[in-house]
Amino acid sequence: MALLEVQDIVIRFGGVVAVGGVSFTVEDGQICGLIGPNGAGKTTTFNCISGIYRPNEGRIRFAGQDITAAPRHAMVGLGIGRTFQNLALFRSMSVWENVLTGAHADGRAGFIASALAAPAVRAEARAAEARARELLTLLDLEKVAGQPVSALPFGWQKRVEMARALIARPKLLLLDEPAGGLNHGEVDELAELLVRIRREFALAILLVEHHMSLVMRVSDKVVALDFGRKIAEGTPAEVRADPEVIRAYLGDGQGTPHAA
Amino acid sequence: MTRMDESLGPSGAAGGSRAWRATLLTLGIFAAVAPAFLLESFQLFQLTMAVIMALAVLGLNIVTGYNGQISLGHGAFFAVGAYVTAILMSHFDWSFWATLPVAALVCAAVGYGVGFPALRLGGLYLALTTFSLAVAVPQILKHKALEDWTGGVQGLFLVKPDPPFGLAVTPDQWMYLSVVAVAALCFWGTWNLVHSRIGRALMAIRDNPTAAQAMGMDISALKTKTFAASAMVTGIAGALSAVAIEFVAPDSFTFGVSITLFVGMVVGGVASILGSLFGGLFVLFVPNIAEAISKAAPGVIYGVILILFLFLLPGGFAGLLRQIAARLTRRRP
Repeated sequence: MALLEVQDIVIRFGGVVAVGGVSFTVEDGQICGLIGPNGAGKTTTFNCISGIYRPNEGRIRFAGQDITAAPRHAMVGLGIGRTFQNLALFRSMSVWENVLTGAHADGRAGFIASALAAPAVRAEARAAEARARELLTLLDLEKVAGQPVSALPFGWQKRVEMARALIARPKLLLLDEPAGGLNHGEVDELAELLVRIRREFALAILLVEHHMSLVMRVSDKVVALDFGRKIAEGTPAEVRADPEVIRAYLGDGQGTPHAA
Repeated sequence: MTRMDESLGPSGAAGGSRAWRATLLTLGIFAAVAPAFLLESFQLFQLTMAVIMALAVLGLNIVTGYNGQISLGHGAFFAVGAYVTAILMSHFDWSFWATLPVAALVCAAVGYGVGFPALRLGGLYLALTTFSLAVAVPQILKHKALEDWTGGVQGLFLVKPDPPFGLAVTPDQWMYLSVVAVAALCFWGTWNLVHSRIGRALMAIRDNPTAAQAMGMDISALKTKTFAASAMVTGIAGALSAVAIEFVAPDSFTFGVSITLFVGMVVGGVASILGSLFGGLFVLFVPNIAEAISKAAPGVIYGVILILFLFLLPGGFAGLLRQIAARLTRRRP
C-alpha cells in the first residue's frame, strides 16, 4: 500500500478547472518530484494534500486513512510536514523558537499545566529541545540559534523551515519549491541534504520544483502535470524523454527540457 | 508586535546562573515587600492600585501582545471580576480569598464566550466588538433587573479583610501584601505560559496563521482559550481592586478603563511581561504627576508626557530593557 494516494482529484476555482482529475502515489521512503510549467496545477495539488484546499472531487489517502476532509492543523499529527514556497517563518521569534514551534503537535501540555510549569510539561519541553538541538546541528544552524530568524539570509531561512518541519518527525515531507531563490552552490547542498534527510529520517518527500536538474537528480519518481492533468509519470529518465513533457515545456519543437 | 522579549536561548539559560537568579529573586521580594513598611497609608494605597493595574495590563498583554487579538474592552472583564467579588462579599459574607477563584472562573467563562466571535472577526472588527462590550457593561450593571445584586448606581460597599493570625500589620499593609502575592503568582504563571509550547503557539498564530496551522496548531481552540486566560487575569485584578477600594460602582468601570489598560500595555511594551508591571505603574502615577503640574489641564500634560514617552521609547519600557540587555551582552567578553 502506498504511503500517499492521490485519486482523481479535481479542483475548480469558480468556472476554472485548476486540477482536472490527477492521480499518483508516493511510496514509503520515496522522493517524488512534481513538475510542470507555470499554471500546470502543481501548487494547487500540493495545497490539497496539505489541506489548504479541499478537492471538489476525488480522494486523498495517507497511510491508508482518508484525509480528504481532514482539517489543516491535523495534517502534521498524521505525519505530513511541509515547507512553504515564499517562507512562512514566525518573524518575531528566534531560529531556536521557530524550530521548537514545529514540535507543537507532539506536545500535550495545555494552558493550565503550562502556566503551572508542571513536571510533565518540563519533561516534554526538554525532549523537544533535545530534538531541536539535533536538527540545528544537522542543518548547520547552531551558530545562529539565538538570532532573530528575520536577520538571516534567505537560504538559511529555508533551512530553518526544514528544521521546523523535521522536528515533528513526518512520514511525508511536502516541499514547495525548496530551490527557489537559491544560488547554484546552495542548490547542490540542498540536493545532498534531501537525500540525507530521506536516509536519516526514513521519510518520503514530495517535491514541487521548477529547478529541473534538482528534481532529476534526487527523485526516484517524477510526475509531470500540464493544464491540470498528469501527462507523464515514471523515473526521471523516462519523464525527461517523454514527448508530452517535451512538448509541454518547449512547445512543439525538439530538444530536452531544462530549468524553467 | 516586534521582537519577542525574554527569549530562552538554546541552552535554556535565561537570566544566567542559578546563584544570579536566586539573588535577583531575593532582591525582588525585598523590593516588593519593603514599601508596605516604608510608605504612608495613601501612598501605599496608590502603589496597591498600581500593582493591580499592572496585573490587569498583563491580562490584556496575553491576548493582544502575545496572540495579536486587539481588545479594546478589557475593562469589562475588570468590572466583572470586581462585581463577582463585591457581590459574594456583601450579599453572602464570603471571605475575600474565597471570592478570588470564583471571580477568576467567571471571568474566564465570560472571556471564553467573547472569544467565540473573536474567531470570526479579525483585527479592527474585533477591536470594535470588544469596545462595544466595554461600553455596554456599566449600563448592564446599572440595569434595574440586576439592581438587587449590583446595588445599581449606588454600587456596593465592602470592607478590607483584617490581617489573619493577629499579624502586626494594618489592613492597608495586609491588603498591599495580599495584592502583591496574588499578582506575583499570576506573573509567574504567565511567564511560564509564554515560555511554553502554548506561548510559542500564541505568538506563532500572531506572526503567521497559515504556518501555525501547518505546525498542528488549532487556531480556533487556541484563540478562544487565550481570550479566557487573558480575561481571567484581568478579572482577578478587578476582584483585587474591589477590595482595595472597598467600593464598586458602575461609573468606576467606564470605557476609559479599557483604554487605560491599552495605554499601559503599549507604554510598558507589547508582548512583555516585565513591561506590564511598568505599564501599571505608569497609568496610575503619571496622571497624578500631570495633575500636580497643572490642575487646570492635567489631560493635556498627560498627553504630552505620553507622546514624549512613546517618542523617546518607541518599544515601550520593555524596548528600553531589551536595548540595555543587548548592550550588556555585547560588552561581555
